[in-house]
Formats: sequence, structure tokens, C-alpha cells
Amino acid sequence: MAIRGRAHKVGDHIDTDLIIAGRYLVTTDPVKLGEHLFEDLDPGLRQRIRPGDVLVAGENFGQGSSREHAPLALVGAGVAAVVAASYARIFYRNAFNNGLLLLECPEASRAVQDGDELEIDPQTGEIRDLTRGELYRAKPIPPFMQELTQLGGIIPYVRRRLGREAS
Amino acid sequence: MGMTITEKILASHADLAKVEPGDLVECRVDMLFANDITAPLAIQQFERIGVDRVFDPDRVAFVLDHYSPSKDIASAEQCRITREFVRKHGLPHFYDVGRAGIAHVLLAEEGFVAPGELFVGADSHTCNHGALGAFATGVGSSDLAAAMATGRLWFRVPPTLRFVFRGTLPRWVTGKDLVLRIIGDIGVDGARYAAMEFAGPVLQQLSMDERFSITNMAVEAGAKNGIMEPDEAVLEWIRPRARRPFQPVYSDPDASYAAVHEYDVTDMQPVVSAPSSPANVVPVTEVTGVRVDQCFIGTCTNGRIEDLRQAARVLAGRRVHPDVRLLVIPATPRIYRQALEEGLIQVFLDAGAAVSTPTCGPCIGGHMGVLADGEVCVSTSSRNFIGRMGHRGSRVYLSNAAVAAAAAVAGKLVHPDEVVREPARV
Ligand code: SF4
Repeated sequence: MAIRGRAHKVGDHIDTDLIIAGRYLVTTDPVKLGEHLFEDLDPGLRQRIRPGDVLVAGENFGQGSSREHAPLALVGAGVAAVVAASYARIFYRNAFNNGLLLLECPEASRAVQDGDELEIDPQTGEIRDLTRGELYRAKPIPPFMQELTQLGGIIPYVRRRLGREAS
Repeated sequence: MGMTITEKILASHADLAKVEPGDLVECRVDMLFANDITAPLAIQQFERIGVDRVFDPDRVAFVLDHYSPSKDIASAEQCRITREFVRKHGLPHFYDVGRAGIAHVLLAEEGFVAPGELFVGADSHTCNHGALGAFATGVGSSDLAAAMATGRLWFRVPPTLRFVFRGTLPRWVTGKDLVLRIIGDIGVDGARYAAMEFAGPVLQQLSMDERFSITNMAVEAGAKNGIMEPDEAVLEWIRPRARRPFQPVYSDPDASYAAVHEYDVTDMQPVVSAPSSPANVVPVTEVTGVRVDQCFIGTCTNGRIEDLRQAARVLAGRRVHPDVRLLVIPATPRIYRQALEEGLIQVFLDAGAAVSTPTCGPCIGGHMGVLADGEVCVSTSSRNFIGRMGHRGSRVYLSNAAVAAAAAVAGKLVHPDEVVREPARV
């Protein structure tokens, strides 16, 4: 199903402390975590994000701490997908494991402006900037990550594998 | 074409003769752990998998270190979840208040990771253990749960970047300064998805404690792991500790590297990472005079005995500046005890420092020294991101322990030589 929402732009090297500050890591509830999303980056940003919106980031999004609370906070705040020029590795794995769609697309990361209306096709990786009438194509998701995404992350993947091994 | 130490460890744990960068492999995990922040989520995910037991209780550790002793009711609840899981599954390697230290330092000290092994932890600084010649990497809680259920985890084989140090280390220049220098040069994503292999004759001039500071911060350059080939010093260190027989692994002479960076350390100075990126690295002399409110010596990067000795060398017979708070937090109970026996704790108390039981504490802005708006801290930790240690308007300079101690005495950033005047590196 296509994702349609407004773009919220953030910069390069956004770390997981900025996504969700250490002081809030005392719960695993995505909604509670989502309430404090980006609090130290831009205290007004959380209020501007509507369910279904898209985060557009620069290079190395999600660097730093391995806290899986970061993708959970994004999910909890209703962010439907992230488009970035590149991702830090632990965040990348964590996002896939929590069903958060990540698209890698340096062109869109540069060109899309804050507030643009975006339409994303998760299957093809096509990112349409409806405000500007532009089309971008994200780097294809590696086949193994696609498989993980289709199953809903590493947990269902392991369940299925263990089930197979038992039979 | 040969393999690097990282490639060899991944290959052997995937039962493959050969792997190459980019290969996707599923590896056996020798040991894994989670902490009080990441364990509750890992436990939740583990229970979703629906298996009754962890793959091998002897290869699983839980360490309460971040907000422990619990800072509030919510963090106490997180610890309770972890304690209940540990009891239910009869897990033998559980470290609670009084016996707990910062996991990376504690688990190495306790011999849970040995050369040639593969170690994962639900904490990004798990790369710390690479100083032992092991492949060690941080993962999220879901990945940890998967490994806890199956004893296996998938990895993409990283390309390796090699960093070679030559020359003679000047006084006050430590392993921390070397790794900060690299991060300053290549940036916070300079080793993204890659392995960082550290080598060269300078490593022999470093204590094990200083070597751990280097591999510990590989993640600050975006690396998957940091690693050193296990020389005699490593083998001597690990032999009395290791809990299992192990097989050291070395890079082949014809291994292929994505890049090789050479450093001559002879003219280096102590450096700091200025706010608010670990890559914002400058010699301490360039920021001399910056006023500080708090200095913090501790963490998985620099809370080891060698760091405390360096700090004590600066603080002995001196007092913390009246406008500064100095916090000293030994990383583990064993280090605490050793510091006590060596008289270091006495030096810290005489200087007017606050000394605490082992915890991550201020490093993550949780408790034990949270910063107010506009405050400046010199910290021996690994991250100075906005808001990391408290208010988003606070500012953190990362340094080695001697620089942090010197700043505590001077009330401002200075080269340690300005506080201590003696010849020769000791
Ligand atoms: S000391 Fe700091 S960096 Fe190290 S594990 Fe604790 S919170 Fe993380």
C-alpha cells in the first residue's frame, strides 16, 4: 500500500540520542517513547508530525547508541517511512526488525523540502514529491532485508525458521 | 588472497572456508549480553519467539549498569523485568547492584570474551572487546533476542580499514587520543559498515586498558567492529581469565584492506572532541581556557584502573577548582577495589571529587551528574551529542582522564602539563 504524507526534514548524522533522549529509555512502549521524539533536536517537531508522515534525513541517520527505542519512537509517533542519504548500521537493522520502512535515496534526501507532500511505493521504492512533481527511486532493498520486512522483522523470521527445523 | 582477522572469525563461525566483504553469513555466537535498558525489550521479543529456553544459559549475561542502582520507579521496573527473567531461566551470569560494573569492562574482566570468538551485545559499545582479538559488535534488542533463542545471528561481512600507529607516544597522549584523532580524520561515518583493524608497534606501548579505549570507540566512526590482532600482551591478559579454551586468529599477510591509514604518533598532543560531535577533534591547546562546570572520569571508554591512575597523577596533592564538580566512577567493583588499595580513591576524595559505585550514570544523562542548560562538562566518555549528558543546551568535551583531571583542577580546559610539571612519560 502506498504511503502518503508530509515530509519533515532533519540534517546529517542525526544520532539516536537526538531521536529519543537517554532519560526516556525507561519504557519500551512505542507511544510513550514517541511522545518525546526529537525533543532535543527541535522541541516543536513532534507536534508537527501527523500519523503517516515521512521523515527525510541526510547522511548516517541513526548513528550512535544501539537503542531500539529509536525506531520504536518513530513508529510510535506515526512516522510511516524514513528517506535518508544513508543510515548507520545498528539503526538500520533495528528499523527493519520493527517494521519501519527505510529508503536510501541521496537525491530525494537533498531535493525534498520540508512540508512537501510525498507518495512512496514500498514495493518499488519510488518516492514521488507531489508538491514539486519530481520522482526519485530509492536504492533497491537487499533481498534478505526484503524477506525480513515481508515477514515483519527478525522475530517472525526466527519463529518461522525454528518451526521449520522442528518439522 | 588471504583474509583479515575479522573475515576469518566470521568465516569460522559460519563454518565456511572463506568469506568476502559483502557476503551475508549466519554465524554461531559464542557469548551475548544485554543491559538494563536493552534487556527488557530483548526479553519481550524473546517471549514473542515462543521458545522455552535460551540456547545456552552459560553463554548469556545480563548486566544492570545504565540506570542502576535504579534512578526512579520506571527504571526500577525495567530492572525487575530483567531480574525475573534471569530467575525464571536460571541464568548464571547475572550482575546486579554491588556486583555489577559497566558491562563492556566487566565482561572482559570476567573472561567472557576471548581471542577468535564472536560476541554480540545489545549495546553499541560491544565493539570494545575487539582489543582481545575477538569479533564483537553491538546489535539491537530484537537481534539479541533472536541470538538468545537460536545461538546464531546473520551478518554482512564488512570491508576492513586498517590503522597503523608508529613512533613514540608523548606524555599524556593515550589510546583515547589515538582513537579520537582517527575519528576526527575520517568522521563519524568514515568507517560506516566497516571493520576497523588497529595495528602497529605503538600498540605495544599501550596498556590493555588503553587498547580497549581504542576499540571501544570504533562505533563512533560508524564501524561494525574494531579489532586488534592478539599479541603476547593480550594472551597474557586473557589466559588467567578466559572461561573456555580459545584459538587466537591473525590476519593473513596478503589480506585485502579497503584502505590503510598510517599514523606517526611522535608529535601528537592530547586532543578533545569539542561539542557536539565525537569527530570535532582538536588539540587541547586549541581550546585552552574554556571554562568548565563538571568533569567526569568513568565509563566503558575510560573508567579503567589505568585511567584512574592517570587522573590521580594529576590530582595528587591538588584540589578541584571551587567552581567545578569532579565525578569519578570506577567502571567495575574490581577496579574500585584496586583503586582503593592503590590509594587512588584517597587522592580523589582529598581533591574534593565525588566517587560513586560503578554505573554508566552521567554518560547517558540519566542520573549521578546530569547537566543543566548552558553547563560545560569535560568527560572521558565516548559521546558528546546534543543532550547526551543532560539539557540540550549543555556542552560536552570528550578527553582522556588526565585532561579531564587537569580541567577539574584548573577550572578550565588546559594541557595537563600546565597543572603537572614533571619530565618523561610515566
Ligand atoms: S558508559 Fe556510556 S557509552 Fe559506555 S555503555 Fe554506559 S552509557 Fe554506553
